[in-house]
Amino acid sequence: MEPSLARYIWTHTKKQQLWILVIVLLSMIPYFMSFDLPKLIVNGPIQGKGFEQPGATQPFMRLHYNLPFIGEVQFFPGFQLDRTTTLFALSLVFLLLVIINGLFKFYINTYKGRLGERMLRRIRFELVDRVLRFPPRYFKRVKSAEVATMVKDEVEPLGGFIGDAFLQPVLLGGQAVTAMLFIVVQNFWLGMIAAVIVAIQIVLIPRMRRRLIVLGRKRQLTARALSGRVGEIVDGIGAVHVHDTSNYERADIAARLGLIFKIRFDLYQWKFMVKFLNNFLAQITPFLFYMVGGYLVIQGRLDVGQLVAVIGAYKDLPGPMKELIDWDQDRQDVQVKYQQVVEQFTVEGLIAPQIGALTIDDPGPMTKPLSAIGLSMADDGGAMLLDRISLQVKPGETVALVSTSTGGAEALAEAFARLNWPESGKVASGADDLLELPEAVTGRRMSYASSDVFLFQASLRDNLLYGLKHAPLTPVTYDGAAADQQRWNIHEARRSGNPDLDIHSDWIDYASVGATGPHDLFEAVRQVLDAVLLSRDILDLGLRSSADLTRHTELAGRIVELRAALRTRLEHEGLSGLVVPFEPGAYNKEATIGQNLLFGAAAGPELADKALAANPYFASVLRQAGLDRTFYEMGLEIAEQAIELFADLPPDHQFFQQLAFMSAEEIPAYETLLQRLKNRPYETVSENDRAMMVTLSFAYIEPRHRFGLLGEELMNKIVAARNRFHEDLPPELQNAVERYDPAKYIAAATVMDNVLFGRLGSNHPDAPDRIRSIVYDILDELGLYAELLDVGLDFNVGAGGRRLTAGQRQKLDVARALLKRPDFLILNRPLSALDQRVQDKVLQNVLEEARRDGRSPAIVCVVTNPAMAMMFDRVVVFDSGRLVEDGPHETLLAGDGIFKELVS
Amino acid sequence: MLLKDEVGMLQRVPLFSGIESAKLKLLAFTSDRVSYSAGQILFRQGDEGDAAYVILSGKADILVDSDNGPIKVAELLPNSIVGEIAILCNSSRTATVRAASPVEALRIRKDHFLRLMREFPEMTIEMVRVLADRLSHTTADLIDARSAK
Repeated sequence: MEPSLARYIWTHTKKQQLWILVIVLLSMIPYFMSFDLPKLIVNGPIQGKGFEQPGATQPFMRLHYNLPFIGEVQFFPGFQLDRTTTLFALSLVFLLLVIINGLFKFYINTYKGRLGERMLRRIRFELVDRVLRFPPRYFKRVKSAEVATMVKDEVEPLGGFIGDAFLQPVLLGGQAVTAMLFIVVQNFWLGMIAAVIVAIQIVLIPRMRRRLIVLGRKRQLTARALSGRVGEIVDGIGAVHVHDTSNYERADIAARLGLIFKIRFDLYQWKFMVKFLNNFLAQITPFLFYMVGGYLVIQGRLDVGQLVAVIGAYKDLPGPMKELIDWDQDRQDVQVKYQQVVEQFTVEGLIAPQIGALTIDDPGPMTKPLSAIGLSMADDGGAMLLDRISLQVKPGETVALVSTSTGGAEALAEAFARLNWPESGKVASGADDLLELPEAVTGRRMSYASSDVFLFQASLRDNLLYGLKHAPLTPVTYDGAAADQQRWNIHEARRSGNPDLDIHSDWIDYASVGATGPHDLFEAVRQVLDAVLLSRDILDLGLRSSADLTRHTELAGRIVELRAALRTRLEHEGLSGLVVPFEPGAYNKEATIGQNLLFGAAAGPELADKALAANPYFASVLRQAGLDRTFYEMGLEIAEQAIELFADLPPDHQFFQQLAFMSAEEIPAYETLLQRLKNRPYETVSENDRAMMVTLSFAYIEPRHRFGLLGEELMNKIVAARNRFHEDLPPELQNAVERYDPAKYIAAATVMDNVLFGRLGSNHPDAPDRIRSIVYDILDELGLYAELLDVGLDFNVGAGGRRLTAGQRQKLDVARALLKRPDFLILNRPLSALDQRVQDKVLQNVLEEARRDGRSPAIVCVVTNPAMAMMFDRVVVFDSGRLVEDGPHETLLAGDGIFKELVS
Repeated sequence: MLLKDEVGMLQRVPLFSGIESAKLKLLAFTSDRVSYSAGQILFRQGDEGDAAYVILSGKADILVDSDNGPIKVAELLPNSIVGEIAILCNSSRTATVRAASPVEALRIRKDHFLRLMREFPEMTIEMVRVLADRLSHTTADLIDARSAK
């Protein structure tokens, strides 16, 4: 990257900088004119110069110039105006100039703002672009949070400065020189006084500011290190808690903050010290004007109008001067920042841009063998991982790499995947060095999965299809405002040196998975998910999540059919007792009283959980049904029972999970409440206390809690109240609840709840498992299995995929590698988080899936257990960085080498 | 059957007979009420023992696998507890229990059971007394059996 900021800015913005310079110079004309005007107004119409006779007039707007050789030429004789009219005319001209100056300023500021933002966009993009091209070893030494803070925060001030880089000195310099010249023209000696003071400012202030730059650099480095550490704490939070080192981290952060504080405080002190001096110098000048100028007026060598004009002009001098000095400080400051960032981003061995160039067309299969030629790999410390290995993998061959603990097979897999670069020797595809092939070839025709999986914080689907998003394949057409926006996007992207690739295009390369579009992509996805035994997990996720009905329309459309099928099936298997369905006219004994009253899924906060009892409309329905008192008394009873049962237990006791009514923390509050309310007539109890008690009764389920509080009569009353509640539901609550309707899909509920449309009986301990497998069967029979899998694929995997288990992440990584149907599939201990039996099973499936439909990719797998090698055509054994055995499984097993030893 | 009735049932189980009713109520509340139809299996021989069962109503058979298929070795009647050895000793089930008629039972989860014992030593002591009593009976039976040879 260009090391000099000034040159970098000039290269990319010279035309704009020149244009804005021209505008700034133009703006000087009205600016200068506005200086002269006050003097004209004061001396002319106000003091009466030229209007000595009553009724005297003066020409206004007369254009006349003294041209050399020609003499005076008059272009326009002007209007003759009397004293008052002249005052008004001149004042209006003053106003006009104010407006013109303002408009110029507005245009200039907007223009340079845009200029700065474009450059900021350009720099940030260039930095990220370089991150994408850094050689692999760089990432072992850099903290991601530090890179992020460089891209985001450290270049930010550059944006503000770039617009001012060349403008500010011209604009402010022009203003300062204009003001200065004007003072000199008015009175030479007063002008000289001002000039001397300005000279002192120009020399002294930047010198004092050098220290500020040093401090600024320190501040930048310490702040960057801080964000690196914070990032580390977040990533390593597990280690912090496991080792009880949170206080060590606290101390470290406090020490860093202390250092940053000290640096920043030093900065403040110096800054304000410099400011004080600067202000002082600026104030010295008017002091001298008043004294010297006043003396000259008294002496009669200077007229008052001149002095006023000098002082008036001087008012315009310290401003530009101060800003000019500030600009210089900014310049040095951003130059330092820029250099710091550029240094960090200047890395040897950057990947050439053409390696990652956008390739729309299919690069064609890799048909040549993949070979390691005299390949040596070293770790970051320089220790040899592989020592001059030569090995060739032919297309279609399956190779197991077996390694002793120091064998180095992983290093070979990483070299094949381009994740680490050779120390010496090379990896080649045919005759081409692998590192010189475009990523468009290796990234599409080869794939890699390892135990170290990285997932993006997005849905499972996005992560699975991530490996197919190489290029924007479909043009997107935009209409109306969106089209304008898109044109603007492209225009601005180009102006900032950004690519104009459309992120909204369909990037998925369907052809590479053997599909033609979104509609038949799913089949391929399902096959790979089945192969890695991940489908079941995803189905479970799907059942537990609520489906996005705009996407999964079929599920909602066939919900009635699904529910009917479940009932039939349960009856058929004699399991009807397992589920108690929701029926509009009946009380559901396995649901809570609250659920029975609401009889729907709360879709907003108004009627959810604890808010229900406090909702005024709901309370009024209960009152009308005469249930308010019943539930209050029931609540008292429940509170008493619960406190009797749980009062002796410590708050963290696991039994509290059984207590659905209240949390452990709430017990003391209910204990005092109960004492206060006992034997108190219902009428005297406050609304709030009533709601507290009523809430308890809402969580009650008779067969589960068995307090004997719910009789047939009460159930009927509850059903009646339910109906009244829904009949008169006020408009503001219409969207707060989705009523259970046997014919309707409930968007706010999970898929499982929708299919069940009822509650599991609590007296069947194995009900959840049995029901789940029955639900899967039914979905499959009705052809909705794919739809459910699709719902599961919506699941967001969380930061770094942490919402999945390690095993699920590894399976997903393998599925992703399989999906693109590579010519060379490199697996590096891919399933280490799973137990051996599952690993064997998945690997077997993967080998089959990779070769399904007559495909025959080469598969290279670093196995976690030597026994797994028997699934491969060829076995290569590594020990201490050397290739020690190579041959078919049976041969090696029959031999007497390390492999035999490892297997036994 | 209500919680308080279950407490009454538990008091009639010898293992729990000496324990105060408040604790039994907690035990009942944190246990699951389960029901089985005739022929359903409560647990199988060889399974991991994760819960003990107190029969509240109905009858169940204790079956042991043999070369000739399962053999019924005993019958469970209301107020009897089954499976408590497996949860105390971390061993797997030594027999299969199958409902002979519709059965209502309390399923006491192992972790809850152990937690209660840890929490309330007086309850543990009471249970140790019952178990020791059982052991001394078994020992006496053994001596009788040996001397009868």
